[in-house]
Amino acid sequence: MLIYTLRRLASAVPTVFVIITLTFFMIRMAPGGPFDLERPIDPLIMANLNRAYNLDAPLWSQYLTYLSNLLHGDLGPSFTKRDFSVNDLFAVGLPVSILLGSLALLVAVVLGTILGAWAAIRQNSGVDYAVVGLATFGITTPNFVVAPLLSLLFGVVLGWLPAGGWSNANPAYWVLPIVTLALPQVAVIARLVRGSTIEALRSNHVRTARAYGLPTRVVVGVHALRAAMLPAVSYLGPTAAGLLTGSVVVETIFGIPGIGRYFVQGALGRDYTLVMGTVVVIAIFVIFFNLVVDLVYAWLDPRVRYD
Amino acid sequence: MMQRTLGAGLFAMGMLLASTAISSAQVVLVRGNDTDPATLDHHKTSTISESRVLNDLYDGLVTQDAAGNVIPGAAESWEISEDGTTYTFHMREGGKWSNGDPVTSDDFLFAFRRIMDPATAAGYASILFPIQNAEAVNKGEMPLEELGVAAPDPQTLVFTLNGPTPYFLQLLTHQTGKPLHKASVEALGNDFTKPGNLVTNGAFLLESFVPNDKIVLKKNPNYYDAANVKIDEVQWLPFEDRSACLRRFEAGEVLICADVPAEQMAYMKEKLPNQLRIAPYLGSYYLPVKTTKEKFADPRVRQAISMLIDRDFIADEVWQGTMLPAYSLVPPGIDNYVAEPPELDYAGEDLLDREDKALALFEEAGVDPATLEIQLSYNSSENHRNTMAAVADMLSNVGIKSTLNEMEGTNYFNYLREDGDFDIVRAGWIGDYSDPQNFLYLNESGVSFNYPKWSNPDYDAKMRAAAETTDLGERAALLAEAEKIYLAEVPSIPILYYSSRALVSDRVTGYEDNILDDHFSRWLSITQ
Repeated sequence: MLIYTLRRLASAVPTVFVIITLTFFMIRMAPGGPFDLERPIDPLIMANLNRAYNLDAPLWSQYLTYLSNLLHGDLGPSFTKRDFSVNDLFAVGLPVSILLGSLALLVAVVLGTILGAWAAIRQNSGVDYAVVGLATFGITTPNFVVAPLLSLLFGVVLGWLPAGGWSNANPAYWVLPIVTLALPQVAVIARLVRGSTIEALRSNHVRTARAYGLPTRVVVGVHALRAAMLPAVSYLGPTAAGLLTGSVVVETIFGIPGIGRYFVQGALGRDYTLVMGTVVVIAIFVIFFNLVVDLVYAWLDPRVRYD
Repeated sequence: MMQRTLGAGLFAMGMLLASTAISSAQVVLVRGNDTDPATLDHHKTSTISESRVLNDLYDGLVTQDAAGNVIPGAAESWEISEDGTTYTFHMREGGKWSNGDPVTSDDFLFAFRRIMDPATAAGYASILFPIQNAEAVNKGEMPLEELGVAAPDPQTLVFTLNGPTPYFLQLLTHQTGKPLHKASVEALGNDFTKPGNLVTNGAFLLESFVPNDKIVLKKNPNYYDAANVKIDEVQWLPFEDRSACLRRFEAGEVLICADVPAEQMAYMKEKLPNQLRIAPYLGSYYLPVKTTKEKFADPRVRQAISMLIDRDFIADEVWQGTMLPAYSLVPPGIDNYVAEPPELDYAGEDLLDREDKALALFEEAGVDPATLEIQLSYNSSENHRNTMAAVADMLSNVGIKSTLNEMEGTNYFNYLREDGDFDIVRAGWIGDYSDPQNFLYLNESGVSFNYPKWSNPDYDAKMRAAAETTDLGERAALLAEAEKIYLAEVPSIPILYYSSRALVSDRVTGYEDNILDDHFSRWLSITQ
């Protein structure tokens, strides 16, 4: 198991390297640069700016510099948020995104599993239809609709929660963003768990468990659900990475200082280092969570072994 | 164990209560900005959202009152020489930086030299080119010491200008005219803008800056007018999503939104009639026509196209009343201009009559509108797209075929400046200072913003004459004559004036609408 984990981590290095290389050259192919404004900059000043940010060096040399800085943990200066380095921005933004994302993930997993399993046990009942209906609604309603509606209802009309803004200390500011982020995930997980639980309840090992006379609670909770979680777990890998690295929509609508917006702001502003930084972070999260998923798989499914 | 947690919880509650008690005594103004400043180093800024924050942080030699008029700032008084080329400023007695150091003319001298230093790479340095040798210094052709700014003693700052510049005081209210605390900039380098490092001389000082969250400013106790500053803390919140600002305004969390969502104008007009402020703004929206192309070379063709455009429809329907119909380039209410600025003569005419006139002009020019094919280009934005779609529709009334061409924003203006192969495009200009020259110079030959590549010797001559005239009335008349020449030929077709839109809570007093849309927190107060 340990060897497997190490091997996977080692194989992640070339993956990240390829991602970095591709992104580095792709973003440079986009027309325009970080200092292009509606009003032109004098060529001389542009030259000074390019020199200050090492953009006048040949591309391959910039690439090597970037890689070498990256190895030292330096993501470089931001071109569009010039009072900050990319490290500064992530130091503030990443904890916020991780906090929101992991709470949303927790809500999604707990609520999705409970709803899905409940619907499966009561298949074709009112509960089942309600869960399936809710899940369809959750999947089809985009978060740029949900977020403003929640903000309007709970922030403006009822006045129970802040309509937007952020505080690291006051959980009242966290509620609406978490609900927005979790809602579609609850829906997907509920559907996945429902489907696989129905299947698991009919499988041989569950029938055997029942034949032993085990109580339904144990049969469903331990034997059926364990097998039924497998599809949901594989779905959770990329989802967790996505949730923990922030959401552009949710951050913009609620005014949250996470890192989700940096990806878009960076790309639109041709902030090369900021885009690269977000890509690196997202890549690492995706690789990490895929590894976690595979390990959880082995733990859940006795048939999977990585030795 | 249980008891300890409870104890800790109670302690935390107590802290929370204590902190609310403290904050309730503070007057906090939460204001929406369009976006975060790219930097608080004002030499490297160029946008309105940056100037809003910088205006709270720094006082230039001169500053603005609530109505946007120029008033003394870090300088108490000044003299202007007879020929209008020498400005002598006398620093305010006892003026202090936020750290207690005196504000000296040397700090200003340092700032003006730094912004002109090619190594600073200040993108907006050219705005100060009226100062003697500024252009040469900025191009690296002359040493910094040759710049026409001198500090003969700590209380005096003298500017020597290339020529009379009637708008020079207005110019100095721009963020490029603000000072820097020499000692901290020299000691800290690029880190001088960080909270805790930044030393300012304005009504407020920097407490914290979290990108995409907020900038917190505290009242500067060392400010000379601190006794009259009513706000203890200003929070500038970036709202790229204007609807988010509206919601938080309605929830009472934000007291001023610097901009509003255009698509919800009708809602705001109905629900927030007293809070919604719409005022003329120092900006024009116009359609440059590539005059060097044969099909647009005849001014009559351009004039006919201009006649066909229904400005009222575009202003009211496309822009939901957030823009005003325009028949001239220089926006109304500008300083240093004639009482009755020139306008296109068909401004008040009925659209059907204008259509007949346009057809007559086409015939005179020997152009059959049905054979005209025009590409209308614009940078991505729903409003620009709808504006151009409306124009295309209006042109089709006389049989002109037009196509829409959407372009990505980053490269769009480079394309316009570098003589891109366009027919008609959209462009906008926001004045840097309140003076017609700042708009009319866009049409001078060889200026990079002259997107139509129009060149008219008479126009250039009038502009040159105006630049050399010290008498303000005479100069205004010359500028008006230049605009008349421009309007007769419409190398670019003015269609809209910008307006400023804001939401201002009833609780805020001291907020006055003005053409510059500058509303320093210094002049505001909050009633409970």
